Formats: sequence, structure tokens, C-alpha cells
Amino acid sequence: MTRDRIGLVALIAALACIPAFAPQFWVTLGNYIGLYSIVTLGLVLLTGVAGQTSFGQAAFVGIGAYATAYLTTQAGASPWFALAIGLAITLLVALTLGFITLRMKGHYLPLATIAWGISLYFLFGNLEFLGGHTGVTGIPALNLLGFELRDERRYFYLIWTIALAALWATDNLLDSRPGRAIRALKGGLAMAEAFGVDGARLKIITFVYAALLACVSGWLYAHLQRFVNPTPFGINQGIEYLFMAVVGGAGSVWGAVVGATLITLLKEVLQDVLPRVLGRTGNFEIVVFGILMIVLLQFARDGVWPWLARLLPRRAPAPVPPAASLPVRAASASTGPLLEVKHARKQFGGLVAVDDLSFDLRSGEILGLIGPNGAGKSTTFSLISGALPLTAGEILFRGESIGSRLPYEIARRGIGRTFQHVKLIPTMSVLDNVALGAYLRGTTGIVRAALRLDRGEEARTRAEAARAIARVGLAEHTFDAAGSLPLGKQRVAEIARALAADPILLLLDEPAAGLRYREKQELAALLRALKQQGMTILLVEHDMDFVMGLTDRLVVMDFGEKLAEGLPTEIQGNPVVLEAYLGGV
Amino acid sequence: MNLSIAALLTQDGITNGAIYALLALALVLVFAVTRVIWVPSGEFVAYGTLTLAGLQLGKPPGTVGLLVGMALVAGVMEIYEAARRREVRHLPRALLLWSGIPLAVAFVVWWCAPQNFTLPLQVLLTLLAVTALGPLLYRIVYQPIADASVLVLLIISVAVHLALTGLGLWFFGAEGSRTPAFVSGSVQLGDISINVQSLLVVATSVLLIVALYGFFGRTLYGKALRATAVNRIGARLTGISPNFAGTLTFTLAALMCAFCGVLIGPITTIYYDSGFLVSLKGFVGAIIGGLVSYPLAAAGALLVGLLESFSSFWASAFKEVIVFTLIIPVLLWRSLTAHHHEEEE
Repeated sequence: MTRDRIGLVALIAALACIPAFAPQFWVTLGNYIGLYSIVTLGLVLLTGVAGQTSFGQAAFVGIGAYATAYLTTQAGASPWFALAIGLAITLLVALTLGFITLRMKGHYLPLATIAWGISLYFLFGNLEFLGGHTGVTGIPALNLLGFELRDERRYFYLIWTIALAALWATDNLLDSRPGRAIRALKGGLAMAEAFGVDGARLKIITFVYAALLACVSGWLYAHLQRFVNPTPFGINQGIEYLFMAVVGGAGSVWGAVVGATLITLLKEVLQDVLPRVLGRTGNFEIVVFGILMIVLLQFARDGVWPWLARLLPRRAPAPVPPAASLPVRAASASTGPLLEVKHARKQFGGLVAVDDLSFDLRSGEILGLIGPNGAGKSTTFSLISGALPLTAGEILFRGESIGSRLPYEIARRGIGRTFQHVKLIPTMSVLDNVALGAYLRGTTGIVRAALRLDRGEEARTRAEAARAIARVGLAEHTFDAAGSLPLGKQRVAEIARALAADPILLLLDEPAAGLRYREKQELAALLRALKQQGMTILLVEHDMDFVMGLTDRLVVMDFGEKLAEGLPTEIQGNPVVLEAYLGGV
Repeated sequence: MNLSIAALLTQDGITNGAIYALLALALVLVFAVTRVIWVPSGEFVAYGTLTLAGLQLGKPPGTVGLLVGMALVAGVMEIYEAARRREVRHLPRALLLWSGIPLAVAFVVWWCAPQNFTLPLQVLLTLLAVTALGPLLYRIVYQPIADASVLVLLIISVAVHLALTGLGLWFFGAEGSRTPAFVSGSVQLGDISINVQSLLVVATSVLLIVALYGFFGRTLYGKALRATAVNRIGARLTGISPNFAGTLTFTLAALMCAFCGVLIGPITTIYYDSGFLVSLKGFVGAIIGGLVSYPLAAAGALLVGLLESFSSFWASAFKEVIVFTLIIPVLLWRSLTAHHHEEEE
């Protein structure tokens, strides 16, 4: 048994003892901490990991609570049926809000959730059939396997079983194929989408996930209190959940529990102690609370959990065990050129960036696309990788037109790419970054990942990533955070990520930019080795020395047009090329 | 509803909308330059009204105590900073700036309070006192963590909002205040009578917005702030200190909020905790503009004002529900018209 397992068992044992031995007051607090933890867990995933802020979680809690309050008291429905209805309503609302706001860049989700949180609060308070501001009373106690959970001490077990299950599921989710993609949403959406991640869809899924957790917490709350009114579902409580996530540490599932515990205890202490110390009541607790939060975040801006985690013993990462390969792409039967660019044209308004450009790329060669600054090389690269749509002309890959495809559709067809400005997720390990490259080769969805049914595929993905890392010679850095590597190695890690997708063609956008001499030599050796293994490479560069010794053929561009094409030695002596590079003599 | 009621509601809506617009601009400004979603802007609005109300009663407003307290905290922070760096050369200037000036402002307001000056002078004193809180808040709260993530800055802002609300109760008391109208009377325009007070509010907002436009378009400091908003690192490399930009931004934003407070005082009764809903409405306007576009933010705020005024007529119990829910169709419209191939930062 590993040490963190021992910690977990100790925690569960301690939780199990609380209802048996602790005074009533602590049991009540424990119940609330559990309820808040469930909501905050959703926020950790949504806000801390996926980077989308929601002020409206309390409103989803309200849906769960009011659904069961209304259905059990007015319609005599079973609480379990009411839970299903609450979840269905939550799903519908979250999907609608998510669909409207999450496909856009910018701060639309926070606004929509503020609007939604405030509206729902006033709606609860003004609807007659929901009891207005006085609320609904007489909600029945839950019946579970013949036990009536009327006693708070018994209820404690139900709350914490669900809280720990949610924690387990969320933790599983983060450590999986969809989890890697979710973690990539915050810093590298364009990159993630190039590897087949549908960013908008994943954002909506995380929002729905967080909303459903909140709804469950509300359902539990209603049957604990046996009474609901609008107050705990307003915008202030929505903000408080965000507090819990950020103060606890929004990057980790344990941050949710720590945050919920800390904020709940702190408020309790302040409300209880301050009036006694100051000898009078007032809004002092809110002042002290606010100031404490400011000071805390000034000193620990990532929250309390990362700070606590440093005190825990760290496990050295175990080497990745070998596993079978993920599905491999079928070999092509076609014998023609791998990539054909035919009369490609790209126009930005009045500016023609690429004009009537045609060239072929044969299987197994390294082709260099060179030219002075502003020649249209990077635009050409974006046209092939699908980042920009063609204005006119055609691009064929293995005989199929890809000119109007989206980046991930092109990735699916076997074109891997790197980025001119390195786009790794700096806080994720090299292994996780590279494994993201294999996203399209896996199939695990959110549910399988959350229930940890994905271990077979996950092991194969990790082994695949480890092989790609070894192939480019970064094995010693497998578990290092990608952001801690020097630039040269980060560029190589990007190549490993592209390789993990099992590409036929590798597009490299200025891979030598910013590298030192030795790093360039190592990179050239790596690319040669890849070519030996049968990889086809298209290299966009303007470092002549780097390109000359490495490529089989060169295409030279200037002012968006093809200036020359041929063997490196021919290009070196071509007067037109010399003119373009060195100016008129 | 007949035409005259509609005209009245429109007039109300535009008046409130003009105030929200001013607030929305302050929010866009603060976010663009410092990435802070400035939740406590509402408290500055409330402080503006309450300070003016205090001055009219001839007693020193709570702002004085707040200024003194914050000036002392800022002073201590400067001394600590100097001690930590073992460098005292800049300390006298910093102390003068962060403690001396605010204390002087506090003293002036305290001394002037019982003198029963005329209304314009009292407004001036109010603006002075509330504006001085802005840079102090930046120095104490935001400057030490200026480079934190937007989320952390947001949460800090919420904490500031909580603290300032509590302090508001402490310094200003629980009673609500309404300041007398600056002018009375109305202008007849055909069948429609227009309140002069409303005209004054709208005119002041428009004037301030034009002044800001001039400030950002024509002056070096304005351009420096714009440069910081576009690219923080680039601005820093050209010699614009981020601390300076932040301080200047918060000063301007505090001034705008104080103006809002003065303008809204005669329209609504303001309590120490009224600011939050007001600022939320400004925020809604700001975010309709995507937190980047000033004209769109102003238009959004105007829309919020109109929505609010009409919905309070039809279904006053559901006023807030309608105002905040009708934002969602606006978002839907923006979602359907926005470009989908957008590059992330």
C-alpha cells in the first residue's frame, strides 16, 4: 500500500468516526462541508482546470433542492424520481447556457451564469407554487434500503459517500484521455483542436458535469434540511462556491474539499468568535473575512492545497510499463505524390499572401519550404494544416482534397504538426503533453473515464507516448513539467507529440527558430533519423544553413509566389534566389 | 400603456442607463489595463452617494475614516517594502504619496464638512474623497499580485467587495440616503415633459465619456494606458510602469464611480450595500461589449437601463429576473454572429 493510499484510508476512517463520536455541532458542520465540497468539485473541473468561471452553481443547487421539494410535497413523488427530474432540468438548462456562451471566446459564461443565478433566485422568491420567499416546508426524509435517514448523523454517511464518489470520479476524469484535453483547454485551445479535441463540446460537457454535481448537492440539502427557501441559492452563495474553489486550490480535486472546509469553518469561527471579542455585533465578520481572503491569496495565490501538498511525501513517478500499440493507420496503396498543392491562393482582404502556389511532396522525402520574411511560408503552412481556409486552388493529401477541412479532420487523415511558437501545456508533464497527441487514436469518453473503465486504453496511450518520447530522445524528461525544459527540448517534445498521432506526414513550422547551434545539429540528426524510419517531412524555415544539409528538395517562396524549386545545391546557385535573399547586387 | 407613460419610462431608462454606461466604461477600463474584474466598483458608487449625503448633513462622512485607515496601511506597506529591500532612498516620496496626500485629503474633507459649503463644492469634495480611495485600493490589494491569473484577481475583487460592504456599514451606518436633486423643474417637449435632473445626468455622463475619449485619444498618459491594455509586456518595455498604469487606472475608475454615486443619489435611495446590484448592471453592460469595446459597453448599459425601467412597470416583482434573463437572447445573438475561427491568446 502506498503512502497516499494510507492517507486516504485514514481520512475515510476519520470521516466514519465523526457521526459516532463528535458532538452534534461538528456533525452538522461536516454535513455542510460535504455538500459544499460536491459543488466545489464541479467548479474545480470547470473553473480551475477548464478555465471557465461560473457564478451560477448555487442556482443549480437550487434546482436540485426545489425540484425535490416541490415534487415530494405537492405531487407525493419519490425523492429518487425527483432527483432524476432535477438532474434532467439541470441538464437542459446547462446545455442551453453552455451552447449559447461556450462556443464564443470571451467572458460570456460568467455573465450568463450571473444573469441566470440572479434570475432564478428572484424567480424562486416570486413564484407562488414554490412558496415565495417563505419557501417549502415538510419535505420528507430519505429512505435508503429501509433506513429512514431522519437523523443528521446517519445522513452524514450518505453525504460523504456521494462526496467521495464525486471526488473519485473527478480525479479519474482528470487523469484520462478527455481529462488531458480538458486540461489543455485553458492554455492551448488552438493546439488541442489541432490534435482533434473539440474544444467547445468539451467545455459544454464540463459545464454540464459541474451543474449536475451542484444539482445532486441541492437534492441532498433539501432532504437534510427538510425545508427550502431561496436564500441559499442566490448569487452570493454562487460567489462563495468560487471562493471555496480558489482558496482551496482550483487546480486539484482535493482543493475543493480543503476550500469547502476552510471557508465553512472560518465563517463559523468569525460569526461565533468576533462578536464576543469585539463586544458588539455588526458586519465585522464580513470585513475580517474579506481581509483574510485578500491576505491569503496575496501569499498563496494558487490556494491552500498546493501548499499542503508540498508537505506530503512525494512519490517518484514509476516508469511507464510497456503495453500494446494503439490502433495504427493502414498503409496507403496510392503511389502518387503524398501531398499536392495546386494553384493555392490565400487572400486577406486586398493582400494576396499566397498566389498560385503549386508543388508536390513525395513519400519519404524532406522538403524545405524557404523564403525571406513575409514570403508567405507560414500562410502556406496554415493552409495545409487547415488553420486557414483556401481562397482558391486545391490541396490534395493521398489524392483526397483537404483544402476546406478543419484542423482536426486533417490531423485525423495523418498530418501531424508543430507550432512556430511552442504550444505545450507548461504545467503538464512531457508524457501528458505527448499523450495528448494520441487523442484521436483513443475512444474513451467522459463516463468511461470517470468510472475508471479506461485503464487498458490509457496504459496503451501512455506506452505510445513514452515510445514517441524515447524516439526523439527525451526519455529522461518524461515526467518533467513541459514548461521546465529549455526551448530546444520543448520543440523536440512538440515533434514527439506530433509523432504520437501516428502521422504519415510531419509539418514542422520553423523548428530551428531560437535554437542554439548544438540544438540545431541534434534536431537535424533527429529529422534524418525519422526520415530513415519512413517519415515524410515538410519543413518551413528561413535558416538556410539548417535547411541546406538536411532537405532533399527545396521550394523557395517570395511575395507569396514560388520563386524556384530544386535540389539544395541548385537553389544555392540560383541567381533569382540570391537576389531575393540578398537584394539586388 | 400610453405614449406618455412610455416616454416617462424611456426617460427613466435612459437616465439610469447613462449612469450604468459610466460604470460600464470604468469596468472596461480597469479590466483592459489590469485584468481585474472590478466587483467593488459598486461600493465606490455607494460611497459617492453616502459621502455627499454626509456632507449635506454637515458631518464628516465615513470616507474620512476609511481614507485615514487605508493611508496608514499603505504607509506601513511602503515602510515594510523599503526595509525588505534595505533601500530607504525612495521612502519619503512614497510615504508622501501613499500616506501624506490621502491624509491631507481626509483632513480637508473633515474640516470642510461642517462649513456648509454650496452643493457644487460639496460634490467636488465628494469626488476628491472617493477618488483618493481608488489608488490606495490598488496599492494595498492589487499591486502585490498584479500578475496573478484573472480568476484569482476576480476572487480578490469579491473579497474586497465583501470587506468594503462591511466597512461601509461601519463607517456610514445602516440608514439609506438620498441626496436632493441638483436642479428641479422640467422641459416641455410637445406632449412629453422631460425632467431637467435627467437631462443633467445624461449630459454629465456624455460629457465624461467624451472627456475620457479625449484623454485616451489625445494625451500621453491616456495612450500609455491604452498601450498597456493592448500589450502589457510591450508597454513595460517602452517604459510604462505597470504599477503606474494600474494606479492611474484605479484613480480614473474611482473618479467615474464617484460621479455615478453623485448622479444616482437623487434618483434612488442608496444604502451601504446598494452598490452591488448597481455594479452588476454596469457589469452586464460591460460584458455585452465583451469587456473590450467602450461604445458597445455603453450601448449595453443603456439597454440594461431601458429593460429595467420597462420591466419595473409591467412586472415589478420580476424586474431583476427580466433584466438579467433578457441578457441571454443578447448573448445568443452575439454567439450566432461572432466569428468561430478565433485564435486564443
